[in-house]
Amino acid sequence: MVNIIWVSLFVIGLVFAGINGTMDQVNEAIFQGAKEAVTICIGLISVLTFWLGLMRIAEKAGLLLGMSRLLQPIVKRLFPDIPKDHPAMGYILSNMSANMFGLGNAATPMGIKAMEELKSLNGGKDEASRSMITLLAVNTASITLIPTTVIAIRIQYGSVSPTEIVGTTILATACSTLGAILVDRFFYYRRMKRRT
Amino acid sequence: MEWVTTVSMWMIPSIIAIILIAGTVKKVPTYETFVEGAKEGVSMSFSIIPYLVGMLVAITVFRESGAMEFFISLIRPALEMAGIPADIVPLALIRPLSGTGALGMTSDLIATHGPDSFIGRLASTMQGSTDTTFYVLTVYFGAVGIRKMGDALKVGLLADLIGVFASIIIVSIVFL
Repeated sequence: MVNIIWVSLFVIGLVFAGINGTMDQVNEAIFQGAKEAVTICIGLISVLTFWLGLMRIAEKAGLLLGMSRLLQPIVKRLFPDIPKDHPAMGYILSNMSANMFGLGNAATPMGIKAMEELKSLNGGKDEASRSMITLLAVNTASITLIPTTVIAIRIQYGSVSPTEIVGTTILATACSTLGAILVDRFFYYRRMKRRT
Repeated sequence: MEWVTTVSMWMIPSIIAIILIAGTVKKVPTYETFVEGAKEGVSMSFSIIPYLVGMLVAITVFRESGAMEFFISLIRPALEMAGIPADIVPLALIRPLSGTGALGMTSDLIATHGPDSFIGRLASTMQGSTDTTFYVLTVYFGAVGIRKMGDALKVGLLADLIGVFASIIIVSIVFL
């Protein structure tokens, strides 16, 4: 699936460049895209380093465990494959809470830690497990309570009421999150059916 | 809604304070533990580079060649018939592919139509309500070395689609 999409993006793009005469821009795009990717990763170093350091303290202090106990009844239903009191649960919960407050920078390291734990739960295979797909679905739908960036842009362009879209955003994310969970379940049961 | 900005501002510092105080109370060697955990962040960032370079180059080539524009113009009539405003279509399509691209497009739409117009509000809601699926997929799976993604991409993209339609319907009901 990923392989096909990846190659198609290139091939279709290159064919179009040939027809449209945009080969010039495409040449530039190749290096620009690579540079942008590295820039993002370098930018991630600062955030990842700081938050993973802090999260280690939180883990050692038992904060992650406490938080996951608190919210376990709800999230357990979402991730039925994760054993009780497993550290993955704590990371998933911190990832979700950070996303809710629009703290994308803080959410990423915790999401990655959660993935790491899920991978070891899955025997270290390079294959996405059921819980990994669920975590990803919840993240791409991204439950948001405070869309900070958008509010900033609206202020910049002189909105009368920059925060008036908070309510609609919460509703829309609630719908997309619910949708993501349902779609995820649908694909999971379809996989199960095929296997038997 | 002043409290929203106040809450966002206090959020991260409060989390840091809580973690550090809890660590001290539980007698965790805080600084050593921090450094130990932080080391992981460095190697993790580097391990993401190959995944992100591969994805971003492909997406940039697709966009800059004019292919993305062509496909948008192809499906635009169908979307318009479904009641989706044409101005918003490029944003809806670019949102799962490129975070910075979508942010640029949102600013552009807000600048052209005004933040308090229907399109401006719709663009704001849409930008806030879905995440860059390809980025999340690449970074999260890339960092821990997952190569077989299973249904993850399909699930993510379908969730985005639901988010787009939910935004349109909700903004229409609330603001029209």
